[in-house]
Amino acid sequence: MIRVLLALFLLTLPLRAEEIVSGVSQTGVAITTSFDGAAILIYGAAIRDQPTPEGPLMEVIITVEGPDTPLVIRKKERVAGIWINRGAVEIASAPSYYAVAATGELSDILKPSEDVKYKISVTQTIRVSGAAVADQADYLAALQRIKAASGSYKLGRDTVLLLRQALFRTDVTLPANLIEGTYKVRIFLTRGGQVIDLQNSQIEVHKTGLERALYNLAMDRPLTYGVLSLAMAMLAGWGASELFRRLRL
Amino acid sequence: MQFYLPIAGISVNAFVLLGLGGIVGFLSGMFGVGGGFLITPLLILIGVPSGVAVATGANQVVASSISGVLAQFKRRAVDMPMGAVLTGGGLLGSTFGGWVFNVMSKLGQIDLFVQLSYVLFLGLVGGLMLIESLRALRRSDKAKVRRAHVHSWVHRMPFKMKFRTSGLYISVIPPLIVGAMVGFLSAIMGVGGGFVMVPAMIYLLGMPTKVVVGTSLLQITFVTAYTTLVHAVTHHTVDMMLALLLIIGGVVGAQVGAKVGVRLKAEQLRILLSLMVLLVAGKIAFDLLVTPAELFSVAVVKP
Repeated sequence: MIRVLLALFLLTLPLRAEEIVSGVSQTGVAITTSFDGAAILIYGAAIRDQPTPEGPLMEVIITVEGPDTPLVIRKKERVAGIWINRGAVEIASAPSYYAVAATGELSDILKPSEDVKYKISVTQTIRVSGAAVADQADYLAALQRIKAASGSYKLGRDTVLLLRQALFRTDVTLPANLIEGTYKVRIFLTRGGQVIDLQNSQIEVHKTGLERALYNLAMDRPLTYGVLSLAMAMLAGWGASELFRRLRL
Repeated sequence: MQFYLPIAGISVNAFVLLGLGGIVGFLSGMFGVGGGFLITPLLILIGVPSGVAVATGANQVVASSISGVLAQFKRRAVDMPMGAVLTGGGLLGSTFGGWVFNVMSKLGQIDLFVQLSYVLFLGLVGGLMLIESLRALRRSDKAKVRRAHVHSWVHRMPFKMKFRTSGLYISVIPPLIVGAMVGFLSAIMGVGGGFVMVPAMIYLLGMPTKVVVGTSLLQITFVTAYTTLVHAVTHHTVDMMLALLLIIGGVVGAQVGAKVGVRLKAEQLRILLSLMVLLVAGKIAFDLLVTPAELFSVAVVKP
């Protein structure tokens, strides 16, 4: 009886020949006064209960995604000699940070249909809102270009090190201009462009100490914060002139 | 040493900010101006969002003008009633400016608006100041005749008021307008507005030069303090950490600058100041005219 139940139970489990076991070097990032970005190590292994399958090799894709924000992309045009923002495309949501690390070129190791299904490449994560503009592709390309330049979007081929088709690791650097929130880490195993396993984990990014206190005060009690800023400025201005006056004597 | 700025959300080298504050403080101490017109564009240049740069610039001006106004009080060179009228106008203008700032932000034209304001006002004031001081330098050997009372349209308006320290009996409308104009600029450009107010007080209101600096500093202190509060409450864009670093650099620089300033002649100082003002205006105008390397820009939409 037990054997039958166990067999039934095993049948209901998804058939996964290869499974991910992974970890991240830190599950929390604290933004302190001296915060200058963070380096995160993501590592893991593919566990098999059968011998390695024949055919195409296993590939690994790792994504790290920051909180989504609505954006507006503007394009400058020359009007009467000066450059003014004219066109705009509204983005309902785009990740504030997005990194893709992979064992190879994404187009080689991932089928387009799988990319659409799992939303792996950056273009899949950006949702446009409002009416489409003729040159929308230019705007979206510009968004990725600007975000890549500021270190917020990263697409690295051959950035995941895969050893003996089993052990893998990658280093992801988070820039200093981080938004607070939950950063989703996804690890995909693919074979022949097909996703064979996926694992999710999270990194919490939050401000701490003085940064936390100042930010909260500015957002929750703006008047108190404003008065405090003024008091600081007045004290510094007055204090400095007094100090210099006495030093001269 | 990297410093993470909690409101601006960027990490900046603390020495860059201290140095920036120091250089601006040096120039402002030398010329007797707040230096807001330099600090705001420079902050934008190093990557601080323009909203934060304007609001924090105003906060920095509070610090640099307060020590000035205290010194002027000791010399009895502040016309309190005039300062009050100018401040009243300033608060109105600043409120209106804050509203315009909001509308322009929503339209996505705030950067352009700020830049155009800079080019227009700095260009105009810098140009006038340069012409005027060059002329003054040329005729400096000739004796100047200054009439105590120049009757113009300013004196024919209603609601007249006595300003004893300035020795004036004029309508409150012109000082209100001057104050409002400066308050508007303060909210839009993150500046104190001394570079606009001082010439307006001398040439438009006919105030004696000895009370002009103290009285304008009084108005600047109140109006930039108000502007800082408005930005802090409505936009949450005042970065205290950024302001503190700028102020520390600024107050030290200002003291050094003030010592250098006394060694130079007034006309020379004004020519140097006007050249600097024109340089900033020219740089911003150049950026508006030249084809940008990146035509696109990305802005986060505030919910």
